[in-house]
Amino acid sequence: MEAFRSHRGLVATLDRANVDTDQIIPKQFLKSIKRTGFGESLFYDWRYRPDGTPDPAFELNEPRFNGASILVARNNFGCGSSREHAVWAVHQYGFKAVIAPSFADIFRNNSTKNGLLTVELQEPEVEEIFQMTSRYKGLEATVNLEEQRVTLHLPEEISFHFDIDPSVKDHLIRGLDEIGLTLRQEAAIAAFEKRHNTQMEARG
Amino acid sequence: MGKTLFEKIWDSHVVAGQSDGTTLLYIDRHLVHEVTSPQAFEGLRLTKRTVRRPELTFATMDHNVPTDDRLTIADPISRAQIDALETNCRQFGITLYGLQSDRQGIVHIIGPELGITLPGCTIVCGDSHTSTHGAFGTLAFGIGTSEVEHVLATQTLPQKRPKTFKVEYTGRLKPGSTPKDMILKLIGLVGTGGGTGYVLEYAGEAVRRLSMEQRMTICNMSIEAGARAGMIAPDETTFNYIASGNRPFAPKGAALEKAIAYWKTLPSDPDAAFDRTLEINASEIAPQVTWGTNPGMVMDVTGRIPEPDKVPGYSRRDVEQALAYMGLKPGTPITEIKVDMVFIGSCTNGRIEDLRAAARIFKGRKVAKGVKVLVVPGSEQVRRQAEAEGLDKIYKEAGCEWRFAGCSMCLGMNPDQLKPQERSASTSNRNFEGRQGKGGRTHLVSPEMAAAAAVEGHFVDIREWKSGSV
Repeated sequence: MEAFRSHRGLVATLDRANVDTDQIIPKQFLKSIKRTGFGESLFYDWRYRPDGTPDPAFELNEPRFNGASILVARNNFGCGSSREHAVWAVHQYGFKAVIAPSFADIFRNNSTKNGLLTVELQEPEVEEIFQMTSRYKGLEATVNLEEQRVTLHLPEEISFHFDIDPSVKDHLIRGLDEIGLTLRQEAAIAAFEKRHNTQMEARG
Repeated sequence: MGKTLFEKIWDSHVVAGQSDGTTLLYIDRHLVHEVTSPQAFEGLRLTKRTVRRPELTFATMDHNVPTDDRLTIADPISRAQIDALETNCRQFGITLYGLQSDRQGIVHIIGPELGITLPGCTIVCGDSHTSTHGAFGTLAFGIGTSEVEHVLATQTLPQKRPKTFKVEYTGRLKPGSTPKDMILKLIGLVGTGGGTGYVLEYAGEAVRRLSMEQRMTICNMSIEAGARAGMIAPDETTFNYIASGNRPFAPKGAALEKAIAYWKTLPSDPDAAFDRTLEINASEIAPQVTWGTNPGMVMDVTGRIPEPDKVPGYSRRDVEQALAYMGLKPGTPITEIKVDMVFIGSCTNGRIEDLRAAARIFKGRKVAKGVKVLVVPGSEQVRRQAEAEGLDKIYKEAGCEWRFAGCSMCLGMNPDQLKPQERSASTSNRNFEGRQGKGGRTHLVSPEMAAAAAVEGHFVDIREWKSGSV
């Protein structure tokens, strides 16, 4: 997995709450059996008009957000289905971090497995980033995971501390292969299986 | 201090505590479907890993399956995904209930039917509606594809222990209100993120009186409140369900007696503490109808579409966007909203009791002109049972389409979809933009409310409608 330590990039805002995974990557793109190629379908129904051309009314299509790598949205980002395709789409579009007041559990878990950082800030802090992004075209930010800090690169820098689960932080910074780590605990798993009843053996 | 149902199951599945504060949790059952698994199997191949416990892993195909002519899948990409599951199951030695199987169906419907879902187990699946299985007193939750790969390879998952949230439904449901209304009411109260970080336990008199199928409807939509899992303590209703029917994986005879003795130890102890509690009086729950673009945007059928600045928990902009998408004006009574399509089915409401409930409404009546109705059994077993009871005839005589089992219009990954601006009354679980087809407008309701809307062509208050017309 790709490690995440610190990232500086252009900030893009999406002024919506409860952005669900059906919006992030619509159902028709879930038929792929591959793990790549989802970036161009991110927010498909919002991003493109029926004729397939980009919809200029959609925020992320604004030229000033071209090349953005930090996405800022409102609360409960990523709610809905468990599709990891949503995380793949956000990541493959080019976002390295998503900032919001809150995230849905499964989306956040899936992000961790793919090196996409989800940053929870307080609602007023997110609001401030929205305002600064609207005021300063081309606003860049640094998301520093090691220091747990988001810094807005303004003439007078503003920065916010964020909390993160220590295990998530460790995994992201080291870019660990989680399955490989678990497989190293083979002895513990085998010992557990000896004493545990899965109730599958109990069939009459 | 006693333990909750959740804590008992969690504690009995801890393989090891990890130095980083997470727990390595053992998984008793892994359910697999075609959409979220191909990349996981591919990951195993790339790393030369294998499936640790294929006998605890069960697969079916449901999302992509056409419900009319199921063996002819016209879409080559859907076909490829279904073929991939067949190949993966063969290669890794996993039991598959495929399109030719008479036990095929929506993964969350066939798990309980087959006796795979049992109290006290941990169950995962790459699908957020895995919470359904919690109705048995099972810890069941949805996972992403990386986690699917993790479970395939290790039969475990590193997890952070969630908090507990008890929802007590006091009193009794009034006629016309259903378990679907109980769960929609809760989601409306706490919002789609209200349960984030929690495991829900549903308790109280109104829950105890429900059948297993009704309990599954409630647990199914836990994720719509943001909770990965929702549970109900096992009781005689649970044991009777497991002991009845053709459930090849359920214990029988002495093994069943022994299992029941264990299952009786699972309910939350009287002095167990929850991190959060909420009480809802079930006797005050009216039939619910969603009006917006998430399941928390819901109200009583007697209500009117809200003013954008008068919805607690949502910004004016949120509500304006939702109403613009839904094509609805503030002040419109719910009962004046006309529907084009009615969908009865899904892992929320596609079981036999749901099909009986909707059939009772359709019996001797006709679908309103201009309305199309799809009735899609949740599994092939449900379909055969319904046909044995003659429900298919009632539906067809009323003018409904009677289909084969699958996810169908709950999410348009198959040919069953809404067209832009078409409006549906749907017994499924999500009214997100585009969920049932690009531009489609979804209102979530109970099977009875959906059927009555099909007959009248618009929503009705089933409580008055029934007394007036039957």
